[in-house]
Amino acid sequence: MARGLSLVAGGAVSAQIRPAAFDRLPGGLGECWLLPAPSGPTLSELFAAHPRDGGWTGFLLAQIATDKPTLWVQDRMAILESGRIHPPGLPSQNLIHVAARDAKDALWAMEEGLRCTALSIVIGELWGDPRVLDFTATRRLAVAAERSGVSCWLVRLGGTANLSGARMRWRIGSAPSLTNPLDPRAPGLPAWDAELFRARGMPPGRWSLFHEADRFHLVAEPGDRTLGADRRLSA
Amino acid sequence: MPSLAIERWAQTADCPPDGPIVLTVEGAHGPIIHAVTPAAAERGARPGARLTDARALDPGLVAVPADPEGDADWLHRLARWAGRWSPLVEVDGTDALRLDVSGVAHLFGGERGLVRDIRRRFARIGFIVRVAIAPTAAAAWALVRFPSPQRGERDLVEQLAPLHVSALRLDPDTVRTLERLGLKTIGALIDMPRLALARRFKDEEDVLLALDRAVGRKPEPLTAAPAAPPPRASLRLEEPATHPEAAPQALKRLIPELVRQLQEGHLGARRMSLIGYRVDGSVAVASVATAIPSREPKHLQRLLADKIAALNPEFGFDAFALAADWAESLGAAQDSLVEEPSGERELARLVDRLTVKLGPKRVRRPQAEESHVPEKASGWVAAISSSPSRGDGEGNHAEHGGGVTGGGVFYPSTIPSAGNGSPPHELRSQGGTKPAHLLDRPEAIDVIYATPEGLPRRFVWRRAVHDIARAEGPERIAPEWWRQPSSARLRDYYRVEDANGRRYWIYREGVIGDGRGGAPNWFLHGLFG
Repeated sequence: MARGLSLVAGGAVSAQIRPAAFDRLPGGLGECWLLPAPSGPTLSELFAAHPRDGGWTGFLLAQIATDKPTLWVQDRMAILESGRIHPPGLPSQNLIHVAARDAKDALWAMEEGLRCTALSIVIGELWGDPRVLDFTATRRLAVAAERSGVSCWLVRLGGTANLSGARMRWRIGSAPSLTNPLDPRAPGLPAWDAELFRARGMPPGRWSLFHEADRFHLVAEPGDRTLGADRRLSA
Repeated sequence: MPSLAIERWAQTADCPPDGPIVLTVEGAHGPIIHAVTPAAAERGARPGARLTDARALDPGLVAVPADPEGDADWLHRLARWAGRWSPLVEVDGTDALRLDVSGVAHLFGGERGLVRDIRRRFARIGFIVRVAIAPTAAAAWALVRFPSPQRGERDLVEQLAPLHVSALRLDPDTVRTLERLGLKTIGALIDMPRLALARRFKDEEDVLLALDRAVGRKPEPLTAAPAAPPPRASLRLEEPATHPEAAPQALKRLIPELVRQLQEGHLGARRMSLIGYRVDGSVAVASVATAIPSREPKHLQRLLADKIAALNPEFGFDAFALAADWAESLGAAQDSLVEEPSGERELARLVDRLTVKLGPKRVRRPQAEESHVPEKASGWVAAISSSPSRGDGEGNHAEHGGGVTGGGVFYPSTIPSAGNGSPPHELRSQGGTKPAHLLDRPEAIDVIYATPEGLPRRFVWRRAVHDIARAEGPERIAPEWWRQPSSARLRDYYRVEDANGRRYWIYREGVIGDGRGGAPNWFLHGLFG
């Protein structure tokens, strides 16, 4: 995802359109916009739409730059409930995985990671609503991320969106995938319903996104248009 | 320590130790006496005798089972504690410690002062010790067990001469042979022509070798001797310190000394331990490991500071030592005035900090394994033992790891010996066909399918029903017959998508009629992103 700030909200678009991306889009899929992004590395919070939904991973992996290592922190319950990360399924193997005992250790490890400028991104998966994860804790993460220039994603599985210091808060759920051109019965390119429900300095919005073949680029599609169905790839 | 077993028992027992008590071990023909209290010895009980024989002499003996393993453990702990006097300590048999005190005694006020100190400190923790210092280890062994009438003689041979030949630590058969020949004392043995002795006693009953070792004609090295002593700084306190701040303060004073030693040897520490010697005869150790060699005081101190806060002074520490147990060569690059850590070093420091707090099993890096079984394909190795960004070819971990004892979890033997820094198996990304999350343990699901071999239609996972909208498969992964038991079944993996678009990786274990169990079971193994 490009760092350049661009906005897409509902159908009203004031976006920086990437002309190059048009050619790659299959079959007249229409416009393609950059997703709203913070102006610099900061803390973003991501809520999985459902604890048994792993769809957010694909959305998040698009944020990972592969040149620098990733720190991926999971607490015990997150590993039990939604699985440990599986490197063959990730775009980059250059990562350090921390299996924290509880949310307290996980938050500590994330903050340690944010002090290390050799990392590109710190991802923390936390289960539920741990007591230690309050406004102060998220605020600390946000400040640490902005100071060191390492972006931080706090992933909440089965949690509620309470007070938080995150600059952007997303809710990501899986959407039915695109039609697989080779086999209509098989899952195709993954698609997501993304909702930016709180963001600093930009209006919130809803998008449905899908995954451009072989690269994790996100193509935004206004979610409130009724055209969504016929815009899907036809086999 | 002539009566280690009984003294250790007396420390833990709850009845008065002055009764007629014997410790027994099980022998082939009933219990055998292992150790006796002085009161029991007066009544005729002797170690090595059968309990029934001793009971015949005095029926009032109280028998308690002995604990030889516990005694051995205890002796090893004492050996570590004895590191306060000498860096070279060896456990000798079941009841003795050998210390190499060459060049050490002057620190404790000469040899007499050293012996006095050893006696005093052992007496304080409730052990009677017999101490002997001799120019050779064998002579010390002899003098400890067989008090010489010529005590105080300067010449070693004269001191040893009146002792019985069994003081040479020969086996009983050889001793009996010597006695029959009329050679009862070491002095008589020394007077014999060497050639005759050499001809008469060969191989295992080498009397000459034992004799030469005792009088110092042949060396007898301590086996515990390492090639070069690791960098080590020590600090002795005037008074035992029970304050919790004692260890951090000692660390502050020891770090500069250790760093100076590392600097002199152009070394960087990979693993360090701070050892606190307690007054009651035990030690407390805090060790940390680093991902790349380092001798930067601030970093080392920060690593250890977290650990040593947990050291419990109990009755108080009266000495500290800080040792770099494992050091690797490190050039002078780190000594630059402007400290600007490179990315690699900074990453290694992050790994160090995380590992110290969370443990090496929780901070890991992925490493490819040669396996098609998904849960084995991505092996995890402790991040601290593998830093793939080190491409300078100096670190062959397997080589160093082999020599490391102690905290073995740090350095698993599975690390491939990649001398040139490039791991032999690079994990390849198979994004799209492999899930991003894998459950540690596949979870059983109930599946409804159209035909037993066909695509699944619906499954129940964690009590929630998922209607399968789309499915792709099977991807068949056969068991690894060279590794797994013959009862392992093949797996047919399916990528399925439910009505909400959530995508899972499920598999059927086995096929009907493969002769390895009943109907195949279904499992959910992974979640796609």
